[in-house]
Formats: sequence, C-alpha cells, structure tokens
Amino acid sequence: MRHNKVKTMMRIPHMLASALCWVGAWATTAAHAAQDLPGGPAVNQLNLHPPATRIAQEQHWLHWMMLIICTVIFVAVFSVMFYSIWKHRKSQGAKAAHFHESVTVEVIWTVIPFIIVILMALPATKVLVAQKDTTNADITIKTTGYQWKWGYDYLKGEGEGIAFLSTLDSSHRAMSNSGDVSQAPADYLLKVDNPMVVPVGQKIRIITTANDVIHAWMVPAFGVKQDAIPGFVRDTWFRAEKVGDYYGQCAELCGKEHAYMPIHVKVVSAQDYSAWVAEQKKKAAALLDDPKRVWVLDDIVARGEKVYAANCAACHQASGQGAGAIKALDGSAIVKDQDAARQIQVLLQGAANGAMPSWKQLSDTDLAAVISYTKNAWSNKTGQLVQPADVVAQRGK
Amino acid sequence: MSAVLDHSAHAAGAAHGAHDHHHHGPTGWRRWVYATNHKDIGTLYLLFSFTMLMVGGVLALLIRAELFQPGLQLVNPELFNQLTTMHGLIMVFGAIMPAFVGFANWMVPLQIGASDMAFARMNNFSFWLMIPAALLLVGSFFMPGGAPAAGWTLYAPLTLQMGPSMDAGIFAMHILGASSIMGSINIIVTILNMRAPGMTLMKMPMFCWTWLITAYLLIAVMPVLAGAITMTLTDRHFGTSFFNPAGGGDPVMYQHIFWFFGHPEVYIMILPAFGIISQIVPAFSRKKLFGYASMVYATSSIAILSFIVWAHHMFTTGMPVTGQLFFMYATMLISVPTAVKIFNWVATMWRGSMTFETPMLFSVGFIFVFTIGGFTGLILAMAPIDIQLQDTYYVVAHFHYVLVAGSLFALFAGVYFWLPKWTGVMYSELRGKIHFWTSLVFFNITFFPMHFLGLAGMPRRYADYPMQFADFNAVASIGALGFGLAQVYFFVAVVWPCMRGQGAKAPAKPWDGAEGLEWELPSPAPLHTFETPPKLDATATRIIG
Repeated sequence: MRHNKVKTMMRIPHMLASALCWVGAWATTAAHAAQDLPGGPAVNQLNLHPPATRIAQEQHWLHWMMLIICTVIFVAVFSVMFYSIWKHRKSQGAKAAHFHESVTVEVIWTVIPFIIVILMALPATKVLVAQKDTTNADITIKTTGYQWKWGYDYLKGEGEGIAFLSTLDSSHRAMSNSGDVSQAPADYLLKVDNPMVVPVGQKIRIITTANDVIHAWMVPAFGVKQDAIPGFVRDTWFRAEKVGDYYGQCAELCGKEHAYMPIHVKVVSAQDYSAWVAEQKKKAAALLDDPKRVWVLDDIVARGEKVYAANCAACHQASGQGAGAIKALDGSAIVKDQDAARQIQVLLQGAANGAMPSWKQLSDTDLAAVISYTKNAWSNKTGQLVQPADVVAQRGK
Repeated sequence: MSAVLDHSAHAAGAAHGAHDHHHHGPTGWRRWVYATNHKDIGTLYLLFSFTMLMVGGVLALLIRAELFQPGLQLVNPELFNQLTTMHGLIMVFGAIMPAFVGFANWMVPLQIGASDMAFARMNNFSFWLMIPAALLLVGSFFMPGGAPAAGWTLYAPLTLQMGPSMDAGIFAMHILGASSIMGSINIIVTILNMRAPGMTLMKMPMFCWTWLITAYLLIAVMPVLAGAITMTLTDRHFGTSFFNPAGGGDPVMYQHIFWFFGHPEVYIMILPAFGIISQIVPAFSRKKLFGYASMVYATSSIAILSFIVWAHHMFTTGMPVTGQLFFMYATMLISVPTAVKIFNWVATMWRGSMTFETPMLFSVGFIFVFTIGGFTGLILAMAPIDIQLQDTYYVVAHFHYVLVAGSLFALFAGVYFWLPKWTGVMYSELRGKIHFWTSLVFFNITFFPMHFLGLAGMPRRYADYPMQFADFNAVASIGALGFGLAQVYFFVAVVWPCMRGQGAKAPAKPWDGAEGLEWELPSPAPLHTFETPPKLDATATRIIG
C-alpha cells in the first residue's frame, strides 16, 4: 500500500524532468549527451535513487511524507500572505487595522506546529532505529578510506580473507584532467578497477575506518552513508534486494582527489557470489608474491608500470612530470639515486605532510616494482632495480 | 561630495543643529582611522563587508565556472578546494557577520536614543582588527601551497596536511573572533546601559532585541571556535594530539567542538536579519508588529535551542542511536519558534495598508525564500533522510537559501530601508526594484537545481562530477553569474549614487508607516545625535522634547 503510493508519487518527478529538460538542453552541448546509469545517477534526476534496500525505501517514503507536509504548509501560509498582499494594499484603498496581539492566536500557532513536528518524528524514529541495527550480519566487510581509494577486507562470512583495493579507472581521471568529456561513458568517474562484490538478500555489515583523513562511504541506492574515520571504527549495514551494479562516491572532503574515489558495489546471486569467492581465492593464491623472489629488470618494470598507473598517475601523471605542487619523478634526484632507501622511505612514510600519502598498504613486491619502474621510465634510464627484499629491509626502519 | 563621506553634517535641521556646534573631529583619512563615531564605524563595517562580499563572490563564480561543465577546464582540484574553503570563510566571517555589526553600529544608538556606542575606542579597534585578518585570509592564496583547502569547517585531520596558509587562516580566525567579542560586549553594554529614559526593554525595537540576543550568542561561542582552532594549531606544530588519530587524538571531537560553535553561529547570522525584517514589515504594512512579546520570546528560544542541536551536522559520523534521536528531536523543535516568527510577520501584514517599496520587496522575498530554506532544514533534521542528503548539494542549497535569501536579502532590505537616513538622499526606486527582481530570480536559478543534484547524490566540494549532473550544474552556473552581476549593479546603481549624495533629498521620515527614534532625526542623521537623552512618549517611539 505504502509502496504503491511511492510509485505513483515517483511519476511526478519524471513529468517534471521532461519539462525541465529544455533548460539544460541549451546549456550544455550535445557533445556530452549523457545517459542514465542504472544503480547510479540518472540524467537530471530529481529525487533520491530508486531504493535497492528496505531502509532506502523507508527513507524514500519519509522524504515524500516530509515533502508533501511541508509543501501543504508552505502553500497554506503563503496563500494567506499573498491574499493579504493582494487585498490589503494601500493602492486598493486598504486602511490599516489596529490589532497587534493575541495570546490565544500565539498559543494556537505554537502548539499546532509542535504537534505536527511530533507526528513527523514518530515514523522517523522507527526508521532510524532500524537503520542503526547492525547486529546479525551475514557478511562483514571492513572498508578503509585511503587518499584516494577504498580498501575492502572481507572479515567474516563467506569470502572471509579476501582483500583488495578499489580505485577509479585511471582513464577517467585522465579524461577529467583533459577537460574534454565529449567521449565520457555513462559511468564517468564511477568506474573502479575492483568493485565490492556482495550476495543479494544477505545482511552485509560495513565497518568503516580510514588510513589518513576522514572519508565517507556512501551508496545512495542502499540508503547508506557512513564516515570512515582514522583511528576509529564505525559501522553500518545494508541488505540489497536486487541484483545489479550500485554506485556511490566519497562524501567527506578528503583532500584534492576527493571527487575521484568512487564506490561500486556489485550485487550478485548467491551462486555467482560463491563462484566469485572461489575465483578470488584462486587468484590470491596465484598472486601471492614471495617477497624473497629475485626479479629480473623487464619483469619487474612491467609489473611496476601497472602499479604506477593504478596508484601514482593520478597525481604524478603518466608522463611522470607531476603538476603544480606535485613533484616530477622524471629526472628526480631521489628517483635516480643509486641508493633506493630514500625513495622506499618516501613511499612507506609519505612526504610533505601527507600531501604525498603513505603507500605502506601496497605489497613489498608492488612497491619494489613501482620504484623500479620509475627508475627506468621516461628519461630515467638508470637500469637500477629494486628487489622486494630491499623494501622488506626498509619497512622495519 | 557624498553625504555619508561628507563631514559637514552641520547643515542639519535647526532643531538638531545645536548638537553639532562644538564638534571638531579629525578630518580626511584621520576621520576613518581614528574613528570613534558609531556612524563612521558603521559605514566602515558596511563598506568592508561589501568588499568581502565581492571577493567571496568572485571565488564563488570561479567555483561555478569550473562546475559549468564536467571535466576540469579552469582550475585543478587542489585550487578548487581552496576556492570552496575560502569562499565559505570569507562570506561567513568577512561579509555577513561584519555587515550585521555595521547595522548594529549605525542603528542601535539611534534606535535606543543613545549618543554613541558605550566603548567608542574599542569600537574603532574591533573594526580595524578586521583588516589584517582579511589580508591574512585573502593573502593565503599567495602563500606556498596556496590557501587552506580543508573546507570552511576546517575538519581535522585534513587540516594537519595543510601548508603554512592554514596557520595564517587560524590566526585570522582568532583576530576576527576577538573583534566579534569586543563588538558584542559593546553592543550589550550599549543596549543595557544607554537606553534613553522611558525606553524599557520591552519597548525596544526588534532589531535591538535580536542583536542583544545575538551578542550573547557570540560571546558564548567565539571562544569555543578559538579553542578548536588553537588545538588544531598545537596539533600542527607543537606535537599535541587533540585531533590527530596518529597520536591517539579524536577527529570527531573536533567536529563536536566546531559545531558547538557552528550551530549558534548560524543563528548569529540570521537573528539580526529577523530583527531587520521585524522593523520593515510593520513600516510598510502601516500597522504595529503583531505579537511583539512573542517575537522576543521566539528569538530567545531559538538562541537557547541553538546550543543543543549541534550534532545534527554529524549524523553520518556514526553516533549511537540515542544521540541521533536526541539531536533529531531537538533540531525539529527549532522549527516551532521559527514558524511563530513567520506567522507573526504574516499577521502583521494581514489587514494592513501595504505598499511595496524595495525594502518591503526584499522583506517579503526574504520571508518567502527563507521559508523554503527552513523547510529543507526540517527535512535535513530527520536523521534517516539526512543519511541520504548529508554532504550533498542538498545541504549546499539549504544553507544558501537561509544565508543568501535569508541573511543577505534581509541586509539588502535594511540597506534600502535606512539608506535615506544614512545618506540623506533617496535611492532610485526603479533601480531598487531591478536589483530585487534580478536577485530573486537568479538566486533561485542558481540554488533551486541544487536540491535535485543533492537528492540524486552529488556530493558537495567536488571539482568534477558524473555526466548525469551536467545540466543542473550548467543552469546553476548561469544563475550564479547573473546573481553576481546583480550585486555589482546594486553597488554601482544604488549605493554609490547615494553615497555621492545624488538623488532626491530624503525627508526625516521617508516611510510614512515607520516608527522609531531614528525617524525623529533629520536625514542624513547628523554626526552626533542624542547628546542629551531625549524625552520619549509612552510608546518610546517619538521624542516629545
């Protein structure tokens, strides 16, 4: 009953949307005509995302309730005001009355809003209590905010032990920098390399924390937004009711790449989830790097190029030239130094007050690879090679 | 030369000429640097705040220009964050707050029949402190690493990553806080001690009442802000870890302290606006303010409630459910006294004899558009909905509806209302109306679409955004440009001619429905007024000798 009402009401914005389309149509050129992204924003969307969880549905309903009550009061109050403006004008020959106080009236219009507010608060309380109940989760995933990516660790339930980082597709970041979005896909700035994968219909508890500054993990279709606070853990939950892709973005200012750390959650069937878990475990086993392995130059540089593209290119640029306050790596004395210790420390500890963040969460092999890559890319043809063992040696220092 | 800038206010009406004959103050630049006259200092405050409004407006237009289209065309994300941060700080601390202090300086002594502010030299100091603070804020763009980029809320631990300009910003906030506290003490002492005989508190004009309450709020919370940013400073440089999680500090504690200041701060920026509107609506309805006493009580309740709602800015930090419930209920409660104010204004207009000169237009515009902001505030107060809307453009739309269509429109209303008294000439009514309608239309073009962006989940403080948000952003940017130009027009076509004394000569009381002691004085108000306390009639609105 309640949700039918929501559906009828949801048609209103669509009619409004078409009416408003012309406003935007002349403002932006056809060159970047956008398309709706299911699970993400729709073009000129006027309301909350179509809910994919029970909680989001309730929030949706609450918002409609508030919008309708507020609109009714607004129209009522301003009908009186505009009637008065129309009728009680000097030019209409209106003579001013002399009344200027009435305790009865004041009491009435204090008590009535008070009662309305209480009536509004009752359903809100119910939803609030439900959305804070994170008990009895099927799967628990720790979500760590990094400048500027998300780390997902599957802590409990099926898939326990899976851990990976989720970063914005670097081609989107480059497109943003170029200023030319004429070729932008529907998931512009929302596409990540490794989405979070969860099974449909299961209660997923998200534990948030952060590595550096405060971030916020949000997925509008789930009705979830939770700050990820360094040094603290907080939690939230969702139970997705439909299979599909859902998108969100970081919602707490976290530095210069704040707009570039999206969230992509893939909701799949129970079987698909089990298959995904099996595949991840197999991949993890295959990828498990032996930090004692001794690499040859070509292999480690090839590996490093990928690490660089996923983690470093956003700031230092694919060309290694940096930009503005971001240091160039091409020709950098630290990078070309025969002794790699200093560069390893910069990557482990960060530098410039955290403007260069710490990358200690990357594996020893990845760090060794990316350093080896920078030592041999662009004009830095040093031929030097850093082994994972060198990084291990520096970690303790 | 200008009437405001002109020193020879001696040409004042014969009855008041006697006030001036023994005055030989400094002239030229000394008049302003050594200013102790409340009218001169009020003028300085108003000109300063308008300058900062223009600076903050340019920053806003740079933001909107970047957001006109998706993709980065003009600024890099680092500079973008600096722009949003400094736009917020400059508008809040440089434009809106000093503008209201300027109004208080000009109008409080005139309205209560006092000769000047209580502490004339401290008054000078509180104004001139603002100049170095403003230079530090604006100059921070040219420091190594650029201006602070942690948002105007300066959340830790992001502030710990900022360059030296963060320290400049903190120092500027300290100075501005000291200035505000001095200004507040001055206003409180003036209102409590210097009212003319017969001007009892409950006969006092509403503008003085709202400022009295605001001044108490300022004294209560500016030290809290000072504490928060001092702890940030020691975290940055002296090895403390109040907010630095790496040393066991608590970043959420920063937010609690900041918003314990920040929420009353919101009311500091709106209560004097309520006061201005409460003066203007009766004047142009030619009818007394309805429910004067309940207006005073409503203002006081809003002020008291403002101390127990701060954590509604923090629903997504992960407070316990009881905490969220308490702050949700308390916040929703604020809508009750606010509604009472709206009802009283409408009841004042009811069966009045209304005319719609520019001050009244801006007041009605204020009531209409501010109420939209009030309702979105009520929607945001609901914690379950706030989870969707926190840190999105919905919030940006909400607080611009209450701060621009609220505070700024009330300031404009007040400027048009009292400009004849300040300058001695009437502004052009046609130009005032052009300013009002362009401001109202462009304001809504700019900020109304932001509600949709926020509902659709576009986070605030984003330098670039998904393609689906492009059209509404383009519309908002066009609106912002129009709104900015309307304010340039306001200065060039309205304020400047009046300051130069161009226009019809203003009578002592240009608005036939206006009441209050300021209208008993000639226009422009002579430099020195009420040097001997005036004798008031029973309503304390007229001088009887």
